[in-house]
Amino acid sequence: MPKITFADADGDTRTIEANVGDSVMETAVRNGIGGVVAECGGSLSCATCHVIVDEHDFASLPPMEEMEDEMLWGTAVDRTGTSRLSCQIRVTEDMDLRVTLPETQV
Amino acid sequence: MGENGLLIVGSSQAGVQLAVSSRALGYAGPVTLLGDENHRPYQRPALSKDFLQDKITKESLIFRSQEFWDEHRITVVKGERIEKIVTAPDGAGTAWSASGRAFPFDRLALTVGARARRLDVPGAGLDGVLYLRNADDALELKARTAGAERVVVIGGGFIGIEAAAGLHALGKRVTLLEFADRLVARAVGTETSRFLLDHHRRAGIDIRLGSAVDEIVGHDGKVRAVRAGGEEIAADIVLVGVGVIPNTELAEEMGLRCDNGIVVDHHAVASDGTTLAVGDCANLPNPVPGSCAGERVRFESVNHAIEQAKVAAHALLGRQEEYGGIPWFWSNQGDLKLQIAGLSSGYDRTVVRSPADPLKHSVLYYRGDRLIAADCVNVPLDFMAVKQALTRRVTLPPDAVADPAVPLRSLLAEAAAPHEGNLS
Ligand SMILES: Cc1cc2nc3c(=O)[nH]c(=O)nc-3n(C[C@H](O)[C@H](O)[C@H](O)COP(=O)(O)OP(=O)(O)OC[C@H]3O[C@@H](n4cnc5c(N)ncnc54)[C@H](O)[C@@H]3O)c2cc1C
Ligand code: FES
Repeated sequence: MPKITFADADGDTRTIEANVGDSVMETAVRNGIGGVVAECGGSLSCATCHVIVDEHDFASLPPMEEMEDEMLWGTAVDRTGTSRLSCQIRVTEDMDLRVTLPETQV
Repeated sequence: MGENGLLIVGSSQAGVQLAVSSRALGYAGPVTLLGDENHRPYQRPALSKDFLQDKITKESLIFRSQEFWDEHRITVVKGERIEKIVTAPDGAGTAWSASGRAFPFDRLALTVGARARRLDVPGAGLDGVLYLRNADDALELKARTAGAERVVVIGGGFIGIEAAAGLHALGKRVTLLEFADRLVARAVGTETSRFLLDHHRRAGIDIRLGSAVDEIVGHDGKVRAVRAGGEEIAADIVLVGVGVIPNTELAEEMGLRCDNGIVVDHHAVASDGTTLAVGDCANLPNPVPGSCAGERVRFESVNHAIEQAKVAAHALLGRQEEYGGIPWFWSNQGDLKLQIAGLSSGYDRTVVRSPADPLKHSVLYYRGDRLIAADCVNVPLDFMAVKQALTRRVTLPPDAVADPAVPLRSLLAEAAAPHEGNLS
């Protein structure tokens, strides 16, 4: 099963078994990862599902679209080189993704 | 604290957030999240967007997993419609459902939302006249859409336009009738109305403004056409999106003050001093910094339901918390992603940034020289910059924003010191 490990801003981690086809955001929210707010429910409208992807994992993800890139300029905590909006990352077979949550989303 | 805890009536955006925030803030008593729908708590916005177009499944609308509710000791009750509530002066009481069950509580929250306003013309009761407020409505619309070729949408607000765009993308012949002389007149300015109109007409939706529906014409009890302005427009189904009415009946029977929603204070507390009311059903003092004293608003947005629920969760724990953030809204309409930051009501000046791309549009609203809101279509950069400017209470100078080549983000960085307190 695909796995996603969420590290919060304090460094506490939780690993969740995810379903192929769900987004990383959905995986986080349904399982109560508080650091992902996702106000718009994955509509790519709110930028409150910001995650910072582990540097090694970042390159393995499909590249982001322009709209996501633009939205990332408005995150509550400034974007880093490996920032993504988690609603735009689809869980794939054999995924073993590590992401860090920003201190705040709003 | 008694042992009955918090009863939340209405298990949608506001109710879910209140339950979650109450726990997160440390509320220790039992929490019951009760709703009348026969679905696990789900999100509505996609009902008129991706869900209508079969791009996502019902499962992805669900707010939280059952494990989450269990872990947080939140009891989710489905399919129980509350019909009567009695409270004592300390706020404790009992709610009774239509099925006869009693739900005692120490503290009550009404997150009962709003319902679709019904069309009031002859023929409105015909089979095939549909609405879109909840999952059952959406499932019925989807089921009916399959066999329909011609759809008439009545109402050019967000839901009407979103559904029209979605149905058009599914290959239906769509006519949209709007009574007013422009689209979404309640929420956007004339420039944005015009932009949306031009785009959706170009895309192939037959939009008629100033169109008053006289009658839904039927055959054998089924919809056949819509008659508006003396003309008959053939229709296999009719979708009505003419606004919503806040569900205030329970509150009224409880003796709570209601006026276009359940009247609450800054902390989401109703007129009895204990009952909380949150979301689409609540009428609150305008929370936007700098708004006029005494001005009241009722929002119909996800962002509001979330922010006000957080305030209410604090109130539950006896704390007074400020309403956070700047109101914002989104609407996806076919190829268009509209994002609105702030409230434009009361503007006296607009500045349109006109990017060369015909699919993009943004307009900034000013009151005096103070930036108060923006509508942005397919320009998340502008939306984000305005939202941040409003959050930090800085103005982007009107003369400088007109040039679409200048990124608003750069103006934001230069922006001057915050402006002072209330206008009023
Ligand atoms: C099709 C559609 C698209 C939308 N798109 C967007 C969008 O893009 N962006 C955005 O910001 N907002 C959007 N909205 C608005 C947003 O969904 C609402 O603002 C939000 O759902 C309000 O949440 P609420 O919990 O206050 O009320 P509601 O969502 O109305 O929930 C109230 C719940 O209480 C239940 N209830 C009522 N009375 C009783 C009773 N007596 N007993 C038990 N249960 C009861 C109702 O059945 C309902 O489940 C959309 C709404 C719809 C319908
Ligand atoms: S959930 Fe809103 S942008 Fe990802």
